[in-house]
Amino acid sequence: MQDENGVAKGAEDRAYVRFEDVQKSYDGETLVIKNLNLEIERGEFLTMLGPSGSGKTTCLMMLAGFESTTHGAIYLHDQRIDNVPPHKRGIGMVFQNYALFPHMTVSENLAFPLKVRGLSKSDTEERVKRALEMVELPQFGDRRPAQLSGGQQQRVAVARALVFEPDLVLMDEPLGALDKQLREQMQFEIKHIHDNLGVTVVYVTHDQTEALTMSDRVAVFNDGIIQQLSTPEVLYEAPDNAFVAQFIGENNRFLGRIVERVNDQEVRVKLDTGEDIRALPVNLNGGDRTTLSLRPERVLINPDEGATPNVLEGTVQEVIYLGDHIRTRLAVAGHDDFIVKIPNAAGHPSLQRGQAARLGWTIEDCRALDA
Amino acid sequence: MADIAADGYVPERDESGALTTVDGTPLKISLRKSQRRAKRRAFYLVVPLLAFLFITFTIPIVGMIVRSVYNPEVANYLPETSAAIGDWDGEELPPEKVFAAMAADMEVGLENRTIGRAAGRINREIPGARSLVMGTARHVDEMQPPYREAFLEEDEDWSDLELWRLLKRETRLITPAYYLLALDFEYTPRGDIVERPEIYQVYRLLFIRTAWMSIVITGACLLLGYPVAHLLATLPLRTSNLLMILVLLPFWTSLLVRTSAWMVLLQQEGVVNDLLVWAGIINDNGRIRMIYNQLGTIIAMTHILLPFMILPLYSVMKTIPPSYMRAARSLGANQFTAFVKVYMPLTIPGLAAGVLLVFILAIGYYITPALVGGESGIFISNLIASNMQGTSAQLKLASALATILLVLVLFFYWLFNKLVGVDRLKFG
Ligand SMILES: Nc1ncnc2c1ncn2[C@@H]1O[C@H](COP(=O)(O)OP(=O)(O)OP(=O)(O)O)[C@@H](O)[C@H]1O
Ligand SMILES: [Mg+2]
Repeated sequence: MQDENGVAKGAEDRAYVRFEDVQKSYDGETLVIKNLNLEIERGEFLTMLGPSGSGKTTCLMMLAGFESTTHGAIYLHDQRIDNVPPHKRGIGMVFQNYALFPHMTVSENLAFPLKVRGLSKSDTEERVKRALEMVELPQFGDRRPAQLSGGQQQRVAVARALVFEPDLVLMDEPLGALDKQLREQMQFEIKHIHDNLGVTVVYVTHDQTEALTMSDRVAVFNDGIIQQLSTPEVLYEAPDNAFVAQFIGENNRFLGRIVERVNDQEVRVKLDTGEDIRALPVNLNGGDRTTLSLRPERVLINPDEGATPNVLEGTVQEVIYLGDHIRTRLAVAGHDDFIVKIPNAAGHPSLQRGQAARLGWTIEDCRALDA
Repeated sequence: MADIAADGYVPERDESGALTTVDGTPLKISLRKSQRRAKRRAFYLVVPLLAFLFITFTIPIVGMIVRSVYNPEVANYLPETSAAIGDWDGEELPPEKVFAAMAADMEVGLENRTIGRAAGRINREIPGARSLVMGTARHVDEMQPPYREAFLEEDEDWSDLELWRLLKRETRLITPAYYLLALDFEYTPRGDIVERPEIYQVYRLLFIRTAWMSIVITGACLLLGYPVAHLLATLPLRTSNLLMILVLLPFWTSLLVRTSAWMVLLQQEGVVNDLLVWAGIINDNGRIRMIYNQLGTIIAMTHILLPFMILPLYSVMKTIPPSYMRAARSLGANQFTAFVKVYMPLTIPGLAAGVLLVFILAIGYYITPALVGGESGIFISNLIASNMQGTSAQLKLASALATILLVLVLFFYWLFNKLVGVDRLKFG
């Protein structure tokens, strides 16, 4: 990760890209984007993460100029760009299906943005060569896109979006079509290119691991609204609401009623199944209903008596061996989908199916969120 | 990169090192064997169609080509003469043996009633020759040798060297005469090739006109069809389906009905002229002639052939994802550059297929030019058709014309293949 808050690394403090009260509707009946306000810093790697249909691509398309905004304004470099045609915005873009021109060779694809900008032939050749080297495909210039593997096409697409040296590059699920191993390798390479060139990247994915590993900041989208915009660490450790807690990482969830607000470090909650839990108040908007969120790796198995303020009894339903950890599913407080991740470390507790166990956790790890 | 798992399998090889299957058969042979079975099955499936095509397509075409060069009358009905006249030098009256052979042929020909056909054939080249031959033949049984003198006595015209030269020329079983005719050339009786007199020259001009009008029609179809196909491919499905029905509508109405509709619209007392007069663009005595000429043919045929341009274009455009254009735009190309450099090249398979389809359909078109072409707007096929209703000689000329048309089409196809590559075409 970069600096903790993911804020500007450069000299300027002003936002590089700014969405101001942007709304978007395709059909005049439903808002696909509901009042979006977003500031992106120069050089930042910002990811839009969210479930399918949450409006990520729409945002990107508005920024690139392929969709109009229904309301609001988009600024790039303090200039309003929502009326600038796409080819004058100077924004690089990597498409989900790569959109490499099939009738041109790889070199011709890379030369395309340079040619339309009227660069000289020698300059063009030089830059194409450098771009191919950057993505480690120097000998592939004469091939057609169809003669490349998925991963190679992907690299060419990245190279093409960068070859005319834009300050801002948009990527819409660029790795969606690759298999897991290749995807991880490409994540690393894209991140590497970003670090080297210092371009600003706006990246769209619905793969949360990808978002967490690559980004300076992540904007979690749902239903046309940014649910939380933070660094990956904050998103995981301190989700603002139940949606983010559920969407990022694995999460155990209890529904309950607030019995007592002790102070701003603790509330007492009575679960719908009757158990009493002490939790950290995070996002209790008025009402007395709450969703408790607890990460599976923060649960202790059979803790010492009195070591944790919360203890519940459970029965083991299923044990799955995953190498680095053991994933255990238990029935706890009326739910049978309570997950515990037991690290595969020396002397780790070993549970059998059907066995009873006590489960304990601290107040800070159990976050009381909106219901 | 993961290494390939080493499972210890070493492929079998024979002595020469070629790969073999486990039982020792060379790999290539077993592969071929397994493919041969699939090929044979595929062949059985197309046998009925092949047989059908052979009977209804190949045989008639071969028949047509044969008929266009076959010239059997003199050789078959005057066999002795044909044999005897071979070493005549054509400079003076043929020797006695040729006249004797002619007399023998006439005798046989009278008996079999075939002499008339030979006479008719000669008559086509030298008008009046029929009565000469028939008149002499009627008295040939009374003649005594020497036949030369007897013939000349019967009719002075037998001394005409042109007649004998013609006979000698026509003893060939295969003749290019009809092709020469189809290209406005002809033989002199001596066998030299010369252009026909100018007033008889029609076919060459008509071939050229057919070709260029087909090009104009193809161009018009392309200009009108390309934007429509683009619209069809980019509109939302519901609207584009409706439009597609409009495009296909002409297919569902009879060709004759459509053509006569154009007559109603375009004639001098027709709807279009009425509208122009009403709007004051032309005055009543200045009505434009839009039909029964080339313009009429071009308008009506463009309309009729338009779907053949739109459909292949549409089917190709449909498969071009909008992201290509977007990518081009994001890379800095304006709408026009993006269209010319990215979109158009991707539509070439459909464009070429449409052009080829429309052009080849147009060049052989018959009904529409016949109905709305008047005199200046008819195509070569109209002349082929009218020749086909004539004498056997005209039928042969029609065959020659049709064969030339076929070769022309094949030539354009070849040219097209050179320029675009037929394997890249996409018809639908
Ligand atoms: N061209 C369009 N016309 C009408 N509605 C659209 C159009 N494009 C997107 N939508 C709607 O807008 C909403 C957001 O779509 P968008 O493509 O932005 O989602 P997304 O977050 O990118 O999803 P995914 O992860 O599946 O790509 C969806 O409900 C979608 O149906
Ligand atoms: Mg999307």
